[in-house]
Amino acid sequence: MSLTSSTLERYVDRISPVHALDARVKVLMTLGYILTLAFLPNGEWAALAGLAGLLWWGVWQARIGLGLVLRRAFVALPFALVAVSLVFARPGAPLFDLTIGPWQLTASDAGLIAFISVVIKSWLSVQAALMLIATTQVVDVFLALRAFRLPTVLVAVMAFAYRYLFVLIDEASRMLRARECRSAAHHGRRGGGSIGWRAAVVGQMVGTLFLRSYERSERIYVAMLSRGYRGEVRTLDTQPLDSRDRGTLIGVLATLALIIYAALVW
Amino acid sequence: MESQWLDGLALGLHIPDGFLTTPVALAWWVLTVVAIAVAVRRTGSELDERQVPLMGVMAAFIFAAQMLNFPVLGGTSGHLLGGALAALLLGPWSGVLVMAVVVGLQALLFQDGGLLAMGANIFNMGVATALVGYGAGMPLLRLFGGRSWGLAIVGFVVAWLSVMVAALLTSVQLVLSGVPAAVAFPPMLFVHTFIGIGEGLITFAAIAFIIATRPDLVKSLAGVVSPAGLERRAGGGLIGGVTVVGLLFAVGAALASPLASGDPDGLERVAEDQGFLGRASDAPYAILPDYTIPGIDGSISTILSGVIGVALVFVLIYGITQAVRARRGDAPNA
Repeated sequence: MSLTSSTLERYVDRISPVHALDARVKVLMTLGYILTLAFLPNGEWAALAGLAGLLWWGVWQARIGLGLVLRRAFVALPFALVAVSLVFARPGAPLFDLTIGPWQLTASDAGLIAFISVVIKSWLSVQAALMLIATTQVVDVFLALRAFRLPTVLVAVMAFAYRYLFVLIDEASRMLRARECRSAAHHGRRGGGSIGWRAAVVGQMVGTLFLRSYERSERIYVAMLSRGYRGEVRTLDTQPLDSRDRGTLIGVLATLALIIYAALVW
Repeated sequence: MESQWLDGLALGLHIPDGFLTTPVALAWWVLTVVAIAVAVRRTGSELDERQVPLMGVMAAFIFAAQMLNFPVLGGTSGHLLGGALAALLLGPWSGVLVMAVVVGLQALLFQDGGLLAMGANIFNMGVATALVGYGAGMPLLRLFGGRSWGLAIVGFVVAWLSVMVAALLTSVQLVLSGVPAAVAFPPMLFVHTFIGIGEGLITFAAIAFIIATRPDLVKSLAGVVSPAGLERRAGGGLIGGVTVVGLLFAVGAALASPLASGDPDGLERVAEDQGFLGRASDAPYAILPDYTIPGIDGSISTILSGVIGVALVFVLIYGITQAVRARRGDAPNA
Protein backbone atom coordinates (compact mmCIF):
# COMPACT_ATOMS: atom_id res chain seq x y z
CA MET A 1 0.00 0.00 0.00
CA SER A 2 1.37 3.34 -0.89
CA LEU A 3 1.19 6.42 1.23
CA THR A 4 -0.77 8.27 -1.42
CA SER A 5 -4.01 7.22 0.17
CA SER A 6 -3.00 8.58 3.55
CA THR A 7 -2.95 12.16 2.37
CA LEU A 8 -5.99 14.34 2.26
CA GLU A 9 -5.81 14.68 -1.49
CA ARG A 10 -8.98 12.72 -2.03
CA TYR A 11 -10.96 15.56 -0.42
CA VAL A 12 -9.44 18.20 -2.66
CA ASP A 13 -11.73 17.58 -5.63
CA ARG A 14 -14.97 18.15 -3.73
CA ILE A 15 -17.17 21.12 -4.48
CA SER A 16 -17.80 23.56 -1.64
CA PRO A 17 -17.58 27.29 -0.95
CA VAL A 18 -14.25 26.70 0.82
CA HIS A 19 -12.79 24.67 -2.04
CA ALA A 20 -13.78 27.45 -4.43
CA LEU A 21 -11.78 30.11 -2.59
CA ASP A 22 -8.48 31.25 -4.06
CA ALA A 23 -5.44 29.44 -2.64
CA ARG A 24 -3.78 32.74 -1.71
CA VAL A 25 -6.80 33.64 0.44
CA LYS A 26 -6.76 30.25 2.15
CA VAL A 27 -3.01 30.38 2.85
CA LEU A 28 -3.37 33.85 4.39
CA MET A 29 -6.38 32.79 6.47
CA THR A 30 -4.55 29.71 7.75
CA LEU A 31 -1.46 31.71 8.71
CA GLY A 32 -3.63 34.40 10.31
CA TYR A 33 -5.51 31.77 12.30
CA ILE A 34 -2.36 30.09 13.59
CA LEU A 35 -0.77 33.45 14.45
CA THR A 36 -3.93 34.48 16.34
CA LEU A 37 -3.74 31.26 18.36
CA ALA A 38 -0.07 31.91 19.05
CA PHE A 39 -0.68 35.45 20.30
CA LEU A 40 -3.63 34.45 22.49
CA PRO A 41 -2.72 34.49 26.20
CA ASN A 42 -3.20 31.24 28.11
CA GLY A 43 -6.53 30.59 29.78
CA GLU A 44 -8.69 32.66 27.41
CA TRP A 45 -11.31 29.93 27.15
CA ALA A 46 -13.98 32.08 25.52
CA ALA A 47 -11.59 33.22 22.79
CA LEU A 48 -10.42 29.64 22.25
CA ALA A 49 -14.04 28.50 21.95
CA GLY A 50 -14.68 31.29 19.44
CA LEU A 51 -11.66 30.28 17.37
CA ALA A 52 -12.66 26.62 17.48
CA GLY A 53 -16.19 27.55 16.42
CA LEU A 54 -14.87 29.61 13.52
CA LEU A 55 -12.69 26.75 12.30
CA TRP A 56 -15.38 24.08 12.71
CA TRP A 57 -17.87 26.25 10.87
CA GLY A 58 -15.34 26.36 8.03
CA VAL A 59 -14.92 22.57 8.16
CA TRP A 60 -18.69 22.18 7.97
CA GLN A 61 -18.80 24.58 5.01
CA ALA A 62 -16.06 22.60 3.30
CA ARG A 63 -18.00 19.31 3.71
CA ILE A 64 -14.96 17.25 4.61
CA GLY A 65 -16.26 15.81 7.86
CA LEU A 66 -15.44 17.20 11.29
CA GLY A 67 -14.66 13.75 12.69
CA LEU A 68 -11.92 13.21 10.18
CA VAL A 69 -10.28 16.56 10.90
CA LEU A 70 -10.52 16.08 14.67
CA ARG A 71 -9.02 12.59 14.48
CA ARG A 72 -6.21 13.47 12.09
CA ALA A 73 -5.31 16.47 14.26
CA PHE A 74 -4.17 14.17 17.07
CA VAL A 75 -0.92 13.74 15.14
CA ALA A 76 0.66 16.39 17.33
CA LEU A 77 -0.58 14.92 20.59
CA PRO A 78 2.54 12.89 21.53
CA PHE A 79 4.36 16.18 21.78
CA ALA A 80 1.97 17.21 24.55
CA LEU A 81 4.00 14.92 26.83
CA VAL A 82 6.67 17.62 26.81
CA ALA A 83 4.12 20.23 27.80
CA VAL A 84 2.95 18.23 30.82
CA SER A 85 5.97 19.62 32.61
CA LEU A 86 4.41 23.09 32.42
CA VAL A 87 1.94 21.96 35.09
CA PHE A 88 4.79 21.72 37.58
CA ALA A 89 6.90 24.58 36.30
CA ARG A 90 4.70 27.65 36.56
CA PRO A 91 4.48 29.49 39.85
CA GLY A 92 0.92 29.70 41.14
CA ALA A 93 -1.49 28.39 43.73
CA PRO A 94 -0.50 24.78 44.49
CA LEU A 95 -3.03 22.12 43.49
CA PHE A 96 -1.41 18.82 44.47
CA ASP A 97 1.97 17.27 45.15
CA LEU A 98 3.53 14.41 43.30
CA THR A 99 6.52 12.45 44.47
CA ILE A 100 8.54 10.61 41.85
CA GLY A 101 11.61 9.03 43.39
CA PRO A 102 13.73 11.79 44.85
CA TRP A 103 11.75 14.61 43.21
CA GLN A 104 8.92 16.47 44.83
CA LEU A 105 6.71 18.09 42.21
CA THR A 106 4.04 20.65 42.95
CA ALA A 107 1.29 21.27 40.42
CA SER A 108 0.04 24.83 40.21
CA ASP A 109 -3.19 26.23 38.82
CA ALA A 110 -1.29 28.56 36.48
CA GLY A 111 0.70 25.59 35.23
CA LEU A 112 -2.42 23.53 34.59
CA ILE A 113 -3.99 26.43 32.67
CA ALA A 114 -0.82 26.82 30.59
CA PHE A 115 -0.73 23.11 29.79
CA ILE A 116 -4.38 22.86 28.71
CA SER A 117 -4.07 26.05 26.66
CA VAL A 118 -0.97 24.82 24.86
CA VAL A 119 -2.53 21.47 24.00
CA ILE A 120 -5.75 23.06 22.68
CA LYS A 121 -3.82 25.66 20.67
CA SER A 122 -1.65 22.98 19.16
CA TRP A 123 -4.66 20.81 18.34
CA LEU A 124 -6.51 23.70 16.64
CA SER A 125 -3.39 24.76 14.70
CA VAL A 126 -3.05 21.28 13.23
CA GLN A 127 -6.73 21.34 12.28
CA ALA A 128 -6.26 24.66 10.47
CA ALA A 129 -3.32 23.27 8.50
CA LEU A 130 -5.36 20.14 7.71
CA MET A 131 -8.22 22.31 6.46
CA LEU A 132 -5.91 24.16 4.09
CA ILE A 133 -4.49 21.01 2.54
CA ALA A 134 -7.81 19.16 2.39
CA THR A 135 -9.50 21.96 0.44
CA THR A 136 -6.66 23.25 -1.76
CA GLN A 137 -4.70 21.68 -4.59
CA VAL A 138 -1.08 21.54 -3.46
CA VAL A 139 -0.01 23.00 -6.80
CA ASP A 140 -2.21 26.02 -6.05
CA VAL A 141 -0.54 26.38 -2.65
CA PHE A 142 2.83 26.53 -4.43
CA LEU A 143 1.46 29.17 -6.81
CA ALA A 144 0.24 31.14 -3.80
CA LEU A 145 3.70 30.94 -2.22
CA ARG A 146 5.11 32.16 -5.53
CA ALA A 147 2.63 35.06 -5.43
CA PHE A 148 3.92 35.90 -1.94
CA ARG A 149 7.39 36.40 -3.50
CA LEU A 150 9.12 33.28 -2.25
CA PRO A 151 12.24 32.65 -4.37
CA THR A 152 11.29 31.01 -7.67
CA VAL A 153 13.99 28.39 -7.26
CA LEU A 154 12.70 27.35 -3.86
CA VAL A 155 9.10 27.01 -5.01
CA ALA A 156 10.21 25.13 -8.15
CA VAL A 157 12.23 22.67 -6.05
CA MET A 158 9.25 22.23 -3.70
CA ALA A 159 6.95 21.56 -6.65
CA PHE A 160 9.34 18.96 -8.06
CA ALA A 161 9.74 17.34 -4.66
CA TYR A 162 5.98 17.10 -4.33
CA ARG A 163 5.61 15.72 -7.85
CA TYR A 164 8.08 12.90 -7.22
CA LEU A 165 7.45 12.36 -3.53
CA PHE A 166 4.95 9.57 -3.97
CA VAL A 167 6.89 8.00 -6.83
CA LEU A 168 9.89 7.62 -4.54
CA ILE A 169 7.81 6.62 -1.54
CA ASP A 170 6.40 3.81 -3.69
CA GLU A 171 9.95 2.92 -4.69
CA ALA A 172 10.92 2.77 -1.00
CA SER A 173 7.83 0.68 -0.20
CA ARG A 174 8.81 -1.83 -2.89
CA MET A 175 12.29 -2.07 -1.39
CA LEU A 176 10.83 -2.63 2.07
CA ARG A 177 8.54 -5.32 0.71
CA ALA A 178 11.44 -7.00 -1.08
CA ARG A 179 13.40 -7.02 2.17
CA GLU A 180 10.42 -8.60 3.95
CA CYS A 181 10.23 -11.31 1.29
CA ARG A 182 13.87 -12.18 1.67
CA SER A 183 13.93 -12.07 5.46
CA ALA A 184 12.85 -15.53 6.41
CA ALA A 185 12.67 -16.14 10.14
CA HIS A 186 11.74 -18.95 12.48
CA HIS A 187 8.35 -18.55 14.06
CA GLY A 188 8.71 -16.45 17.17
CA ARG A 189 12.29 -15.52 16.45
CA ARG A 190 13.49 -12.41 14.77
CA GLY A 191 15.36 -12.89 11.53
CA GLY A 192 18.42 -10.98 10.48
CA GLY A 193 21.69 -10.31 12.19
CA SER A 194 22.92 -7.77 14.68
CA ILE A 195 21.69 -4.20 14.85
CA GLY A 196 24.81 -3.11 13.00
CA TRP A 197 24.10 -5.59 10.21
CA ARG A 198 20.49 -4.47 9.92
CA ALA A 199 21.55 -0.85 9.84
CA ALA A 200 24.04 -1.66 7.08
CA VAL A 201 21.25 -3.27 5.05
CA VAL A 202 19.12 -0.15 5.44
CA GLY A 203 22.13 2.00 4.57
CA GLN A 204 22.57 0.09 1.32
CA MET A 205 18.86 0.46 0.63
CA VAL A 206 19.21 4.22 1.16
CA GLY A 207 22.21 4.22 -1.16
CA THR A 208 20.30 2.29 -3.82
CA LEU A 209 17.37 4.66 -3.48
CA PHE A 210 19.75 7.60 -3.90
CA LEU A 211 21.18 6.16 -7.11
CA ARG A 212 17.74 5.37 -8.51
CA SER A 213 16.52 8.87 -7.59
CA TYR A 214 19.55 10.51 -9.14
CA GLU A 215 19.20 8.59 -12.36
CA ARG A 216 15.49 9.31 -12.42
CA SER A 217 16.16 13.04 -12.07
CA GLU A 218 18.45 12.85 -15.09
CA ARG A 219 15.73 11.15 -17.15
CA ILE A 220 13.21 13.75 -15.96
CA TYR A 221 15.49 16.58 -16.98
CA VAL A 222 16.07 15.16 -20.45
CA ALA A 223 12.35 14.51 -20.91
CA MET A 224 11.50 18.06 -19.85
CA LEU A 225 14.18 19.54 -22.05
CA SER A 226 12.69 17.77 -25.03
CA ARG A 227 9.34 19.34 -24.17
CA GLY A 228 10.67 22.88 -24.14
CA TYR A 229 11.75 23.37 -20.51
CA ARG A 230 13.99 26.41 -20.10
CA GLY A 231 14.43 26.54 -16.35
CA GLU A 232 11.10 27.85 -15.13
CA VAL A 233 7.71 26.30 -14.70
CA ARG A 234 5.15 28.35 -16.57
CA THR A 235 1.49 28.50 -15.78
CA LEU A 236 -1.63 30.20 -17.16
CA ASP A 237 -3.24 30.26 -13.76
CA THR A 238 -2.81 33.83 -12.50
CA GLN A 239 -6.32 34.95 -11.84
CA PRO A 240 -7.08 38.07 -9.80
CA LEU A 241 -9.01 37.68 -6.56
CA ASP A 242 -12.75 38.07 -7.05
CA SER A 243 -15.08 39.90 -4.69
CA ARG A 244 -16.03 36.71 -2.80
CA ASP A 245 -12.33 35.96 -2.16
CA ARG A 246 -11.72 39.48 -0.89
CA GLY A 247 -14.87 39.50 1.22
CA THR A 248 -14.05 36.18 2.89
CA LEU A 249 -10.45 37.18 3.55
CA ILE A 250 -11.41 40.52 5.10
CA GLY A 251 -14.26 38.95 7.08
CA VAL A 252 -12.14 36.14 8.54
CA LEU A 253 -9.14 38.35 9.34
CA ALA A 254 -11.43 40.94 10.97
CA THR A 255 -13.05 38.22 13.09
CA LEU A 256 -9.62 36.98 14.16
CA ALA A 257 -8.55 40.53 15.04
CA LEU A 258 -11.76 41.02 17.02
CA ILE A 259 -11.23 37.80 18.98
CA ILE A 260 -7.65 38.68 19.91
CA TYR A 261 -8.66 42.26 20.76
CA ALA A 262 -11.48 41.02 22.97
CA ALA A 263 -9.18 38.54 24.70
CA LEU A 264 -6.47 41.12 25.35
CA VAL A 265 -8.70 44.01 26.43
CA TRP A 266 -11.47 42.36 28.40
CA MET B 1 2.50 1.35 6.94
CA GLU B 2 1.13 4.79 7.54
CA SER B 3 0.91 4.62 11.28
CA GLN B 4 4.31 2.98 11.52
CA TRP B 5 5.81 5.75 9.47
CA LEU B 6 4.10 8.50 11.40
CA ASP B 7 5.16 6.88 14.67
CA GLY B 8 8.74 6.93 13.51
CA LEU B 9 8.55 10.59 12.67
CA ALA B 10 6.65 11.50 15.78
CA LEU B 11 9.61 10.25 17.78
CA GLY B 12 11.65 12.82 15.93
CA LEU B 13 11.97 16.49 16.35
CA HIS B 14 9.02 18.05 14.54
CA ILE B 15 7.67 20.70 16.90
CA PRO B 16 3.93 21.29 16.43
CA ASP B 17 2.40 24.76 16.66
CA GLY B 18 1.45 25.88 20.13
CA PHE B 19 4.56 24.65 21.93
CA LEU B 20 6.86 27.52 21.08
CA THR B 21 6.03 31.02 22.23
CA THR B 22 5.51 33.46 19.38
CA PRO B 23 8.77 35.41 19.86
CA VAL B 24 10.78 32.17 19.88
CA ALA B 25 9.01 30.84 16.77
CA LEU B 26 9.42 34.12 14.90
CA ALA B 27 13.07 34.51 15.93
CA TRP B 28 13.87 31.11 14.44
CA TRP B 29 11.89 31.94 11.33
CA VAL B 30 14.22 34.93 10.86
CA LEU B 31 17.31 32.72 11.29
CA THR B 32 15.89 30.17 8.85
CA VAL B 33 15.00 32.76 6.23
CA VAL B 34 18.55 34.14 6.45
CA ALA B 35 20.02 30.65 6.12
CA ILE B 36 17.82 29.80 3.14
CA ALA B 37 18.63 33.12 1.49
CA VAL B 38 22.34 32.39 1.90
CA ALA B 39 21.78 28.87 0.55
CA VAL B 40 19.88 30.17 -2.49
CA ARG B 41 22.63 32.70 -3.14
CA ARG B 42 25.48 30.24 -2.63
CA THR B 43 23.90 27.59 -4.84
CA GLY B 44 22.70 30.25 -7.29
CA SER B 45 25.68 29.96 -9.60
CA GLU B 46 25.32 26.21 -9.90
CA LEU B 47 21.55 26.15 -9.53
CA ASP B 48 20.83 26.20 -13.24
CA GLU B 49 17.75 24.71 -14.83
CA ARG B 50 19.34 21.29 -14.67
CA GLN B 51 19.70 21.45 -10.90
CA VAL B 52 16.05 22.23 -10.15
CA PRO B 53 14.71 18.75 -11.03
CA LEU B 54 17.73 17.19 -9.31
CA MET B 55 17.19 19.09 -6.06
CA GLY B 56 13.46 18.39 -6.12
CA VAL B 57 13.96 14.69 -6.64
CA MET B 58 16.67 14.66 -3.97
CA ALA B 59 14.23 16.21 -1.49
CA ALA B 60 11.73 13.50 -2.39
CA PHE B 61 14.54 10.96 -1.95
CA ILE B 62 15.31 12.13 1.60
CA PHE B 63 11.60 12.05 2.36
CA ALA B 64 11.30 8.47 1.09
CA ALA B 65 14.58 7.38 2.68
CA GLN B 66 13.16 8.37 6.07
CA MET B 67 10.65 5.55 5.56
CA LEU B 68 13.34 2.89 5.35
CA ASN B 69 13.68 1.59 8.86
CA PHE B 70 15.09 -1.31 10.76
CA PRO B 71 13.93 -2.93 13.98
CA VAL B 72 16.09 -1.97 16.96
CA LEU B 73 14.75 -3.07 20.32
CA GLY B 74 11.37 -3.56 21.89
CA GLY B 75 9.32 -2.57 18.87
CA THR B 76 11.17 0.66 18.24
CA SER B 77 12.78 1.21 14.88
CA GLY B 78 15.72 3.18 13.63
CA HIS B 79 15.42 5.41 10.61
CA LEU B 80 17.15 8.28 8.93
CA LEU B 81 16.85 12.04 9.45
CA GLY B 82 19.12 12.62 6.49
CA GLY B 83 20.56 16.12 6.99
CA ALA B 84 24.18 15.02 7.28
CA LEU B 85 23.75 12.54 4.42
CA ALA B 86 22.24 15.19 2.13
CA ALA B 87 25.03 17.66 2.91
CA LEU B 88 27.80 15.10 2.35
CA LEU B 89 26.29 13.91 -0.94
CA LEU B 90 25.15 17.26 -2.37
CA GLY B 91 27.29 19.87 -0.63
CA PRO B 92 26.32 22.04 2.36
CA TRP B 93 24.07 24.67 0.81
CA SER B 94 22.27 22.32 -1.55
CA GLY B 95 21.82 20.11 1.50
CA VAL B 96 20.26 23.02 3.41
CA LEU B 97 17.83 23.74 0.54
CA VAL B 98 16.86 20.10 0.12
CA MET B 99 16.28 19.62 3.84
CA ALA B 100 14.30 22.88 4.07
CA VAL B 101 12.00 21.58 1.34
CA VAL B 102 11.68 18.20 3.08
CA VAL B 103 10.72 19.72 6.43
CA GLY B 104 8.43 22.26 4.76
CA LEU B 105 6.55 19.59 2.85
CA GLN B 106 6.24 17.41 5.94
CA ALA B 107 4.50 20.26 7.74
CA LEU B 108 2.38 21.24 4.76
CA LEU B 109 1.27 17.80 3.58
CA PHE B 110 1.36 15.64 6.69
CA GLN B 111 1.04 18.20 9.51
CA ASP B 112 4.33 16.88 10.84
CA GLY B 113 5.46 20.00 12.65
CA GLY B 114 3.61 23.30 12.74
CA LEU B 115 3.59 26.16 10.26
CA LEU B 116 4.60 28.82 12.78
CA ALA B 117 7.13 26.40 14.26
CA MET B 118 8.39 25.55 10.77
CA GLY B 119 11.19 28.08 11.04
CA ALA B 120 12.56 26.31 14.09
CA ASN B 121 11.98 22.87 12.58
CA ILE B 122 13.77 23.75 9.34
CA PHE B 123 16.63 25.26 11.30
CA ASN B 124 17.01 22.26 13.61
CA MET B 125 16.57 19.45 11.11
CA GLY B 126 17.71 21.14 7.91
CA VAL B 127 20.14 23.99 8.43
CA ALA B 128 21.91 22.73 11.55
CA THR B 129 22.17 19.07 10.52
CA ALA B 130 23.44 19.91 7.03
CA LEU B 131 25.98 22.49 8.18
CA VAL B 132 27.19 20.31 11.07
CA GLY B 133 27.36 17.29 8.79
CA TYR B 134 29.38 19.06 6.15
CA GLY B 135 31.33 21.42 8.39
CA ALA B 136 32.58 18.66 10.66
CA GLY B 137 32.57 15.89 8.07
CA MET B 138 34.74 17.25 5.28
CA PRO B 139 37.76 18.26 7.42
CA LEU B 140 37.62 14.91 9.19
CA LEU B 141 37.42 13.00 5.91
CA ARG B 142 40.47 14.89 4.63
CA LEU B 143 42.22 14.14 7.88
CA PHE B 144 41.73 10.40 7.40
CA GLY B 145 42.80 10.60 3.77
CA GLY B 146 39.89 8.69 2.29
CA ARG B 147 40.53 5.33 3.94
CA SER B 148 37.58 3.03 4.45
CA TRP B 149 37.74 3.07 8.24
CA GLY B 150 38.04 6.86 8.05
CA LEU B 151 34.79 7.07 6.14
CA ALA B 152 33.17 4.68 8.59
CA ILE B 153 34.18 6.73 11.59
CA VAL B 154 33.48 10.12 10.04
CA GLY B 155 30.13 9.15 8.54
CA PHE B 156 29.05 7.72 11.86
CA VAL B 157 30.34 10.51 14.11
CA VAL B 158 29.11 13.34 11.94
CA ALA B 159 25.61 11.90 11.51
CA TRP B 160 25.40 11.18 15.24
CA LEU B 161 26.58 14.71 16.03
CA SER B 162 24.05 16.26 13.64
CA VAL B 163 21.17 14.46 15.36
CA MET B 164 22.43 15.55 18.77
CA VAL B 165 22.72 19.18 17.64
CA ALA B 166 19.17 19.04 16.27
CA ALA B 167 17.91 17.59 19.57
CA LEU B 168 19.89 20.20 21.52
CA LEU B 169 18.42 23.05 19.47
CA THR B 170 14.90 21.67 19.88
CA SER B 171 15.40 21.52 23.63
CA VAL B 172 16.78 25.07 23.65
CA GLN B 173 13.69 26.34 21.86
CA LEU B 174 11.38 24.50 24.24
CA VAL B 175 13.22 25.88 27.26
CA LEU B 176 13.08 29.41 25.87
CA SER B 177 9.33 28.81 25.54
CA GLY B 178 8.98 28.01 29.23
CA VAL B 179 9.49 24.25 29.50
CA PRO B 180 11.82 23.57 32.42
CA ALA B 181 15.34 22.69 31.31
CA ALA B 182 15.39 19.61 33.53
CA VAL B 183 12.41 18.23 31.57
CA ALA B 184 13.42 19.26 28.05
CA PHE B 185 17.08 18.30 27.89
CA PRO B 186 17.49 14.86 29.49
CA PRO B 187 14.82 12.93 27.56
CA MET B 188 15.57 14.68 24.27
CA LEU B 189 19.30 14.12 24.44
CA PHE B 190 18.95 10.62 25.90
CA VAL B 191 16.56 9.34 23.25
CA HIS B 192 18.50 10.96 20.43
CA THR B 193 21.79 9.51 21.61
CA PHE B 194 20.38 6.20 20.37
CA ILE B 195 18.48 7.57 17.38
CA GLY B 196 21.78 9.19 16.42
CA ILE B 197 23.52 5.81 16.45
CA GLY B 198 21.01 4.49 13.92
CA GLU B 199 21.49 7.65 11.87
CA GLY B 200 25.25 7.20 12.00
CA LEU B 201 25.20 3.54 10.92
CA ILE B 202 22.79 4.17 8.03
CA THR B 203 24.63 7.29 6.84
CA PHE B 204 27.98 5.55 6.76
CA ALA B 205 26.61 2.47 4.98
CA ALA B 206 24.76 4.58 2.41
CA ILE B 207 27.82 6.72 1.58
CA ALA B 208 30.09 3.67 1.35
CA PHE B 209 27.61 1.98 -0.99
CA ILE B 210 27.24 5.03 -3.25
CA ILE B 211 30.99 5.65 -3.48
CA ALA B 212 31.60 2.00 -4.32
CA THR B 213 28.88 2.04 -7.02
CA ARG B 214 28.76 5.47 -8.65
CA PRO B 215 31.65 7.59 -7.34
CA ASP B 216 31.13 10.02 -10.22
CA LEU B 217 27.83 11.21 -8.73
CA VAL B 218 29.14 12.56 -5.45
CA LYS B 219 31.23 15.51 -6.56
CA SER B 220 31.36 16.92 -3.07
CA LEU B 221 33.26 13.86 -1.85
CA ALA B 222 35.49 13.57 -4.92
CA GLY B 223 39.15 13.50 -3.99
CA VAL B 224 38.28 12.97 -0.34
CA VAL B 225 36.99 9.43 -0.54
CA SER B 226 37.64 7.19 -3.51
CA PRO B 227 36.53 3.66 -4.37
CA ALA B 228 40.21 2.69 -4.24
CA GLY B 229 40.36 4.16 -0.75
CA LEU B 230 37.50 1.94 0.28
CA GLU B 231 39.48 -1.11 -0.83
CA ARG B 232 42.40 -0.31 1.41
CA ARG B 233 42.53 -2.31 4.60
CA ALA B 234 42.24 -0.63 7.94
CA GLY B 235 45.76 0.12 9.13
CA GLY B 236 47.44 0.88 12.42
CA GLY B 237 45.82 4.30 12.42
CA LEU B 238 42.56 2.67 13.43
CA ILE B 239 43.43 3.06 17.09
CA GLY B 240 43.94 6.77 16.60
CA GLY B 241 40.63 7.06 14.81
CA VAL B 242 38.75 5.18 17.46
CA THR B 243 40.34 7.42 20.08
CA VAL B 244 39.00 10.48 18.30
CA VAL B 245 35.56 8.93 18.21
CA GLY B 246 35.79 8.15 21.89
CA LEU B 247 36.85 11.70 22.65
CA LEU B 248 33.98 13.15 20.66
CA PHE B 249 31.49 10.92 22.43
CA ALA B 250 33.00 11.89 25.76
CA VAL B 251 32.68 15.57 24.97
CA GLY B 252 29.12 14.96 23.82
CA ALA B 253 28.28 13.13 27.01
CA ALA B 254 29.95 15.83 29.08
CA LEU B 255 27.81 18.39 27.31
CA ALA B 256 24.68 16.41 27.92
CA SER B 257 25.25 15.67 31.59
CA PRO B 258 25.06 19.17 33.10
CA LEU B 259 21.96 19.85 31.05
CA ALA B 260 20.52 16.60 32.25
CA SER B 261 19.65 17.85 35.66
CA GLY B 262 19.18 21.23 37.23
CA ASP B 263 19.42 19.51 40.60
CA PRO B 264 22.78 19.28 42.26
CA ASP B 265 24.62 16.14 41.26
CA GLY B 266 25.41 13.34 43.66
CA LEU B 267 28.58 14.75 45.11
CA GLU B 268 27.24 18.28 45.44
CA ARG B 269 24.17 16.93 47.15
CA VAL B 270 26.29 15.05 49.64
CA ALA B 271 28.43 18.12 50.13
CA GLU B 272 25.39 20.21 50.88
CA ASP B 273 24.01 17.66 53.30
CA GLN B 274 27.34 17.30 55.07
CA GLY B 275 27.93 21.01 55.09
CA PHE B 276 31.30 20.97 53.43
CA LEU B 277 30.18 22.68 50.25
CA GLY B 278 31.30 26.05 51.57
CA ARG B 279 34.83 24.76 51.94
CA ALA B 280 35.08 23.70 48.35
CA SER B 281 36.45 26.25 45.97
CA ASP B 282 36.05 26.47 42.26
CA ALA B 283 38.96 25.49 40.09
CA PRO B 284 40.73 28.63 38.98
CA TYR B 285 40.54 27.57 35.34
CA ALA B 286 36.78 26.99 35.25
CA ILE B 287 35.57 28.82 32.17
CA LEU B 288 31.98 27.84 32.68
CA PRO B 289 31.62 27.24 36.42
CA ASP B 290 28.71 24.89 37.12
CA TYR B 291 28.13 24.90 33.38
CA THR B 292 26.65 28.33 33.62
CA ILE B 293 27.94 31.66 32.49
CA PRO B 294 28.71 34.11 35.29
CA GLY B 295 26.36 37.05 35.39
CA ILE B 296 23.57 35.33 33.48
CA ASP B 297 21.23 33.21 35.48
CA GLY B 298 18.86 30.36 34.92
CA SER B 299 18.22 28.17 31.93
CA ILE B 300 19.52 30.64 29.36
CA SER B 301 22.93 30.45 30.90
CA THR B 302 22.85 26.65 30.88
CA ILE B 303 21.85 26.68 27.22
CA LEU B 304 24.49 29.22 26.26
CA SER B 305 27.12 27.08 27.90
CA GLY B 306 25.82 24.14 25.89
CA VAL B 307 26.08 26.16 22.72
CA ILE B 308 29.58 27.29 23.62
CA GLY B 309 30.46 23.67 24.29
CA VAL B 310 29.31 22.62 20.83
CA ALA B 311 31.28 25.49 19.33
CA LEU B 312 34.35 24.29 21.22
CA VAL B 313 33.96 20.83 19.69
CA PHE B 314 34.03 22.39 16.25
CA VAL B 315 37.07 24.49 17.00
CA LEU B 316 38.71 21.32 18.29
CA ILE B 317 37.92 19.34 15.15
CA TYR B 318 39.03 22.19 12.93
CA GLY B 319 42.21 22.75 14.88
CA ILE B 320 43.23 19.09 14.80
CA THR B 321 42.60 18.97 11.07
CA GLN B 322 44.63 22.08 10.38
CA ALA B 323 47.48 20.88 12.56
CA VAL B 324 47.62 17.48 10.88
CA ARG B 325 47.43 19.00 7.44
CA ALA B 326 50.19 21.47 8.23
CA ARG B 327 52.42 18.65 9.46
CA ARG B 328 51.76 16.59 6.38
CA GLY B 329 52.29 19.62 4.15
CA ASP B 330 49.13 18.80 2.19
CA ALA B 331 47.88 21.20 -0.38
CA PRO B 332 44.47 22.64 0.48
CA ASN B 333 41.58 20.64 -0.95
CA ALA B 334 43.92 17.79 -1.71
